[in-house]
Amino acid sequence: MTEFVCIACPIGCMLTVELKGEGEVSVTGNRCPKGAVYGRDEMISPTRVVTAVVRTDSQAFPYIPVRTDKPLPRALITDLIGDLTRLLVRLPAKRGSVLIEDYRGSGVNVMLTRTLPPEGVSRE
Amino acid sequence: MLEKTYDAVVIGGGAAGMAAALAVREGGHSVAIVDREAYFGGILMQCIHNGFGIHEFGEDLTGPEFAERFISRVLGAGIDIYLDTTVMDITGDEASHVVTACGKDYGVLRLECRAVVLAMGCRERNRGNVAIAGTRPAGVFTAGLAQRLMNLEGYLPGRRVVVIGSGDIGLIMARRLTLVGAQVLAVVEILPYPSGLARNISQCLKDFSIPLYLSHVVSKITGKDRVDGVEVTPLVEGNPDYTKSFRLSCDTVLLSVGLIPENELSRKAGVPLNDDTGGPRIDANLMSASPGIFACGNVLHVHDLVDYAAEEARRCGEAVGRFLSGVSAKQFPLTAGANVRSVVPNFYAPDRENVLYIRSFIVKNDAILSLQIGGSEIKKRKLAHIQPSEMIRLRLQPADFPALRDGRDNLMEVAIR
Repeated sequence: MTEFVCIACPIGCMLTVELKGEGEVSVTGNRCPKGAVYGRDEMISPTRVVTAVVRTDSQAFPYIPVRTDKPLPRALITDLIGDLTRLLVRLPAKRGSVLIEDYRGSGVNVMLTRTLPPEGVSRE
Repeated sequence: MLEKTYDAVVIGGGAAGMAAALAVREGGHSVAIVDREAYFGGILMQCIHNGFGIHEFGEDLTGPEFAERFISRVLGAGIDIYLDTTVMDITGDEASHVVTACGKDYGVLRLECRAVVLAMGCRERNRGNVAIAGTRPAGVFTAGLAQRLMNLEGYLPGRRVVVIGSGDIGLIMARRLTLVGAQVLAVVEILPYPSGLARNISQCLKDFSIPLYLSHVVSKITGKDRVDGVEVTPLVEGNPDYTKSFRLSCDTVLLSVGLIPENELSRKAGVPLNDDTGGPRIDANLMSASPGIFACGNVLHVHDLVDYAAEEARRCGEAVGRFLSGVSAKQFPLTAGANVRSVVPNFYAPDRENVLYIRSFIVKNDAILSLQIGGSEIKKRKLAHIQPSEMIRLRLQPADFPALRDGRDNLMEVAIR
């Protein structure tokens, strides 16, 4: 039995989640159906969208922000952060470009979230 | 010196400034944006985390992604842009304003216009604003400065960190620091409840087992050249109990203790401010008491969501268009009543749609938001949960108002019970 504060909305219901074997999960304490979904997912397969920055070859813009395109299993987050420190992005680079495809077989891609150098700026 | 004339000049190229300028331009008026940074987007560019755009775009975006959607529209809209350019002064009279700026590309600029939109955003409260005893070592940062150092410039502010205040930026930075290998020892909050969103408490603190001390204060910062620790003291019935103080050794202190609208320029231009919000007092058209000077976004009042700042700015830009075209509507005053810390705007226009942004003084489940004119309730809304850190947004249509007679003050009061 585990307790979570629901984050589906600002009310913050205290959820009690119980694993009842064979993938069956009971959620109590939720005021709405969103809480049941959150409690179940958080118990069985907690995932998070990961954001970070990666080094570039530019002096004017030394780092470029990145994100996972989908929530990543929590167990992989620390590895991903470590792997990102070893990469270098060459500018110019475009928002939406995929930096890492299918990270460690998770089906999750890492992509750039900013266009650098910025559009509309003539100089580096 | 470069001299130009526009219908409107927008000061600030963040989310609010861009949204306002786009709305002015779509109304067929000429407009320029001035920003002191070398690129658009304002503070969004250092907010690399997600959680933006859920209302505006129906998507979960990061700060730069949210900003770039506006940037590409601004660049294609026929708006004149002055980047790397700092506004020094707003002068003139109500018939014609003069925005004087200074920048790398053009030197001194003199921009004459009929309308000015203030969209300068806000600043962080710093150590001086919250008065913490102790020495004055290096290593004390505001959370937003630490965010800029880490996300734009690539510096790690420190390795053992205590965060003062549980505002959202502090929580986000606690996670960011932990992920890159720093140790966050504690988040210390003076109030009995966290001031950040529940989502951030869960995903930024609980995920990493970072302790949150509610009803505690940092009573002292120690260290000679660099911070070497803080003293943490619990509050008992609102007063610090120094017999229960404890020490945390750290090399860095981050402050996440609130934001203040950045109104140095407005004040210098003589724009009257509202003590409840720190921003200009505005009417139902988001125009200040200085005719032709409008305000939107965080310079007007601190929002918790950029989505609402952009929405407000769009409404502001539309109102600028009506002002430039000479369209007006009657309006009456609006004021904060019981349990309401602030309401924006300070007037309502019963013949138009109005959007009110309300901040509560209290934390409550199953509260009622009540609007009264002349002592009779014209509208009420049930709210499942309210707290000061979650802004309440209320849309009012002309049908919500009773017949109001001219000549009366028709003061509307917003209260929570």
